[in-house]
Amino acid sequence: MSVVAESLTWGVRRRTIVSDVSLSVAPGETLGLIGPNGSGKSSLLRLLAGLRRPQSGRVTINGRDIAGVGRRVLSREVAFVQQSAATDTNVSVLDVVRLGRTPHRSALAGWSAEDEAAVARALARVDMAGHRAQPWQTLSGGERQRVHIARALAQSPRVMFLDEPTNHLDIHHQIEILRMVRDLDLTSVVALHDLNLAAMFCDRIVVLRGGSVVTAGTPEAVLTEGLLRDVFRVEAGIGRSPHHGRPHIQFIPG
Amino acid sequence: MTATADTGGGPARLALLLVLSGAVLVLCVALATAIGDYRIGLGTVFLAVTNELGLTGAEIPAIEQSVVWDLRLSRALVAALAGAGLAICGAILQALLRNALAEPFVLGVSAGASTGAVCVIVLGIGAGGLSLSAGAFAGAFAAFGLVALLSNGATSGPNHTILAGVAASQLFNALTSYIVTTSGNAQQARDVMFWLLGSFGGVRWPDFQLLLVVVVLGLAVCIWMARALDAFTFGDEDAASLGVPVGRIRLVLFAVTAMVTATIVSMVGAIGFVGLVVPHAARYVVGPMHLRLLPACAVVGAVFMVLADIASRVIVAQQTIPIGVVTALVGVPFFAVILYRARPQA
Repeated sequence: MSVVAESLTWGVRRRTIVSDVSLSVAPGETLGLIGPNGSGKSSLLRLLAGLRRPQSGRVTINGRDIAGVGRRVLSREVAFVQQSAATDTNVSVLDVVRLGRTPHRSALAGWSAEDEAAVARALARVDMAGHRAQPWQTLSGGERQRVHIARALAQSPRVMFLDEPTNHLDIHHQIEILRMVRDLDLTSVVALHDLNLAAMFCDRIVVLRGGSVVTAGTPEAVLTEGLLRDVFRVEAGIGRSPHHGRPHIQFIPG
Repeated sequence: MTATADTGGGPARLALLLVLSGAVLVLCVALATAIGDYRIGLGTVFLAVTNELGLTGAEIPAIEQSVVWDLRLSRALVAALAGAGLAICGAILQALLRNALAEPFVLGVSAGASTGAVCVIVLGIGAGGLSLSAGAFAGAFAAFGLVALLSNGATSGPNHTILAGVAASQLFNALTSYIVTTSGNAQQARDVMFWLLGSFGGVRWPDFQLLLVVVVLGLAVCIWMARALDAFTFGDEDAASLGVPVGRIRLVLFAVTAMVTATIVSMVGAIGFVGLVVPHAARYVVGPMHLRLLPACAVVGAVFMVLADIASRVIVAQQTIPIGVVTALVGVPFFAVILYRARPQA
């Protein structure tokens, strides 16, 4: 499914946080959102996912304006993974993944074979099927993030938004999570801090600064030494990785 | 076998649980009706009830018939409903506010109720036309209204709502103290104190009927929204991304809990501890998912409150200890065991 944003603007009180952002994501594409702290990545993701209403502009998913779609209907097609969502409740892995079926079930409906299959598929996809009964509190950070993604997958979405899914993870799990997201048969938009990971796993990248789009395009086109200096205020040398053929950034201490 | 372990039991096991717990509840109510300063046999209790329902025409002393039907049975049933209602409200608020310390009075309802009650007892507002219960109910809803106002219709997030509840509680407690100290005499102050700690003395069938309607309706609404409540496990935004209309669910459930709590408080006073502890105990047994948790809370809360009421009447002969004192005295050791057994395995 395609996602198109047209001149989105949103802010809190007088402060504009997302300013006139337009972008489009092709079906099946993995789009990376990068930008310095406070550039509006998280807010833009929430606007795209329909969790916040833009002050002006609109978001269409597969040509349909999401403002006119009910929250429940929308959440059958669109999933959102927060960064490190936590709980004190003593839930099991299976309980959490089952929450993903919420938009597909009516208030008192029983547990259907379709629900069961979606949950089993999602657990298998993130390689957590062996941990179904494990309490949430005993999971490691990487496992928790995988369970969150499984829950999003159990929604059977066509589009997935992820807000810094690799936060607080070690490098192995960062790569594992992003490879999983890239290989999913979904349109996905991922906010990321690590520029090398964005270069490795995203089909295209949108660069934000101060709530506006600076540039957008393939990692090769977007990640230049000039852009890193302008937007991220770092000196860097950029080469092509001999291992994966994508741009590789080497930071130069000032 | 794994399937049943995953769901925590199939329909058959759930039905068995409900039947069993229903039987335990009936037994507790029967005991509460039999036990007291004037002891009545369980057989007589049974006959008195069936007599009243027109099923039997057994010869039993009129006094026993009257004690069973007019005094104790209605009291035991009100206790059961109050326990069930408070436990459900506690579970709902703990989920919505994502706070293990949340309980039915966290939204200022009991503080408001006491101010309303004091206005009637001490100031004589309403001049007899307005009952204590009506005053308490009005006060409870005034407090809830203030909290709703301070937290923008409960849309501002859990901590904001809790703080609004704390502010409202402080304000209404201060008003209560002010009224009692400036215009109350010693006897009135004691009446107020006793009322605040809760008592099932004086409840009759009309109280039961009102409470039955309120608690059953409240439970029905909550169960209808149980799935949505589960979606709050990881917070409001997460619930929204699962398709839950967060603002509407919060407001409806806050209003329902305020309604149920205000009705209970205005009838039997602010009985503490049940609404805090029973949800934790029930969660420990049936897990945190609300479609199972809420009915469990209702049953456990009801049984706990009926037992506490029995204890309040038998601990000291010829005297009734305030029910709030008993719920804490009985509840704390019980809760300590659960806390101990549920401690994190380091």
